[in-house]
Amino acid sequence: MTTADTAASSQAVPRTPGRVRKSIRARLAATLLGFGAVAVAVCLLAPLVGTTSISLTRAFDRSIPFEENVDAQIFFVARLPRVLAGALVGSALASAGVVFQAMLRNPLATPFTLGVSAGASLGAMLAIIFGGALALGPFSTVPAASLAGAALASAMVYWLATRRGHAMSTSVLLLAGVTLNSFFSALIMFVQYLADFAQVYRAARWIMGDLDVGGFDSIVAALPLVLAAFALFAMLPSSLNLLSLGEDAAAARGVDVARAQRIAFFSASLATSAAVSLAGPIGFVGIVVPHLVRLLVGVDHRIVLPASALFGAAFLVACDLVARTLMAPVEIPVGVVTAMIGGPFFLWLLVRKG
Amino acid sequence: MTLTTDHVSYTYRRHRGLEPVSALRDISVGVPRGSLTGLIGPNGCGKTTLLKLLAGVLSPDSGTVALDGQALASLPRRHVARRIAVVPQETHPVFEYTVLEMTLMGRHPHLGPFELEGPADLAIAREALAATGTAHLEDRSYMALSGGEKQRVVIASALAQSPEVLLLDEPTASLDLGYQLDIASLLQRLNRERSVTMVMATHDLNVAASICNTLVLMRDGRVLASGGTGDVLTSAMVRQLYGVEADVRLHDLAGHLTVVPVGRRP
Repeated sequence: MTTADTAASSQAVPRTPGRVRKSIRARLAATLLGFGAVAVAVCLLAPLVGTTSISLTRAFDRSIPFEENVDAQIFFVARLPRVLAGALVGSALASAGVVFQAMLRNPLATPFTLGVSAGASLGAMLAIIFGGALALGPFSTVPAASLAGAALASAMVYWLATRRGHAMSTSVLLLAGVTLNSFFSALIMFVQYLADFAQVYRAARWIMGDLDVGGFDSIVAALPLVLAAFALFAMLPSSLNLLSLGEDAAAARGVDVARAQRIAFFSASLATSAAVSLAGPIGFVGIVVPHLVRLLVGVDHRIVLPASALFGAAFLVACDLVARTLMAPVEIPVGVVTAMIGGPFFLWLLVRKG
Repeated sequence: MTLTTDHVSYTYRRHRGLEPVSALRDISVGVPRGSLTGLIGPNGCGKTTLLKLLAGVLSPDSGTVALDGQALASLPRRHVARRIAVVPQETHPVFEYTVLEMTLMGRHPHLGPFELEGPADLAIAREALAATGTAHLEDRSYMALSGGEKQRVVIASALAQSPEVLLLDEPTASLDLGYQLDIASLLQRLNRERSVTMVMATHDLNVAASICNTLVLMRDGRVLASGGTGDVLTSAMVRQLYGVEADVRLHDLAGHLTVVPVGRRP
């Protein structure tokens, strides 16, 4: 330490007060506080806003029986599950986006790039159109089928990318993901062609993405999967920083590359599968949020990942608020709102990079 | 000897249907402690592969790579990275890290799984930037730097690892003449002042002759010769390595051997 001390004191470059960099600990604390406050504020405000204005005091008034308390019914039945679903899905998709972008060394990757959502969609389409009851534990038929489809797609992509050696090939991952996406899309069209009009309508609505999850049950079912994914995410941030420099560079700085890639792939796939099974494939959250967060707080994944998890929740809840109120009483599917914001944003990113 | 390879072989496994490519065959070399060792040889002779094996990034098919007698394969990656750092030929991050963030990543092997770097790590990183003359770039985006600045920042990041051994893959390739000299004298200074053992793969025989005290000459995945620079860098060796006739002589002004190629061997 003596060499470092002397060098620090004899450093030639004078440090003006404005340039003094806050330590990573201070930056992380400030980020968690700031983005946490935004997420909490949005989630508290969103249930109060809607076509019918409600009184919070009346909604929480225990003296009125629930059956007669319209404010409480709107708050707890119509709006709160929707806000919670939005927070959970937004958080999961935004974090999964961060993880996939670093792991694939591709800033334009999304949670859906590797085919997880296409697999989930195919599963959901089959369940909607051919029906049948294959409820799986706490999951009802359509979410269970979509989880099965997502698991199948992830397993196929993983097998293709690891076939050649012990480490994952990110280029094979990308190719396999893109191929699976178009193959599953073709199967989805085929399945829809066989279906009748009402089924096709239901399937199309599912694909648009919708946070109207109809109660707390499906949220409770998806929650453990998302929490498990988040627990794995917590192991990743510094490895993601190094993986984004390249596999050899990461290995030379002490990262177990094969293990880090495996954890990244499975945790991000798990978070994506859970989110899609709950609300359908809501696009663009997984790319818009990470990039906005990077513009605000820099690119260090130890800050970007938790910040994206919090901001993703706020972003999707806010988008759903727009979806509920913009053309009220008609509700726009939230996937349309995120796409309308995300599409131009994505193009702007591409133009900016080019 | 610090870093040694004992009868090491390595083969790249390719797609099905293609022949596997044997990169290294039965290599036994030792890197003396405190030396600045140059790794010389034609394209595809296995220099980069040998560096990756010395770094423990690749594991040999047979034989052992050992640091002070301890096999790298038996050590966790993190422990190896605390003692051996690597400067690759080029580093392309996909996100806009600042120079300080890039340098701090060198502290990774010294931190626990959930530990964030503290003031001591920051001091080490800043000292590494100062040692490579890049302290003033601290807040700049790494991607926006010139090639020579980038290479110095990557060297700073490797120094922040506080390594005993530094492995460099063509550190002066793709740099202009001025930057080549800067990097060469920087490496020589770090080697002398901090007694960091260095192994440098290079195509530039004159850079190697000017700063390396030991050379390992490789061809077709084998070691052709190794020893003191003055002993092994001869026109006969250059002919054998590259099939090139060269004039190798001590330059009065430069004070070291210089290699001037005069023609392809007929």
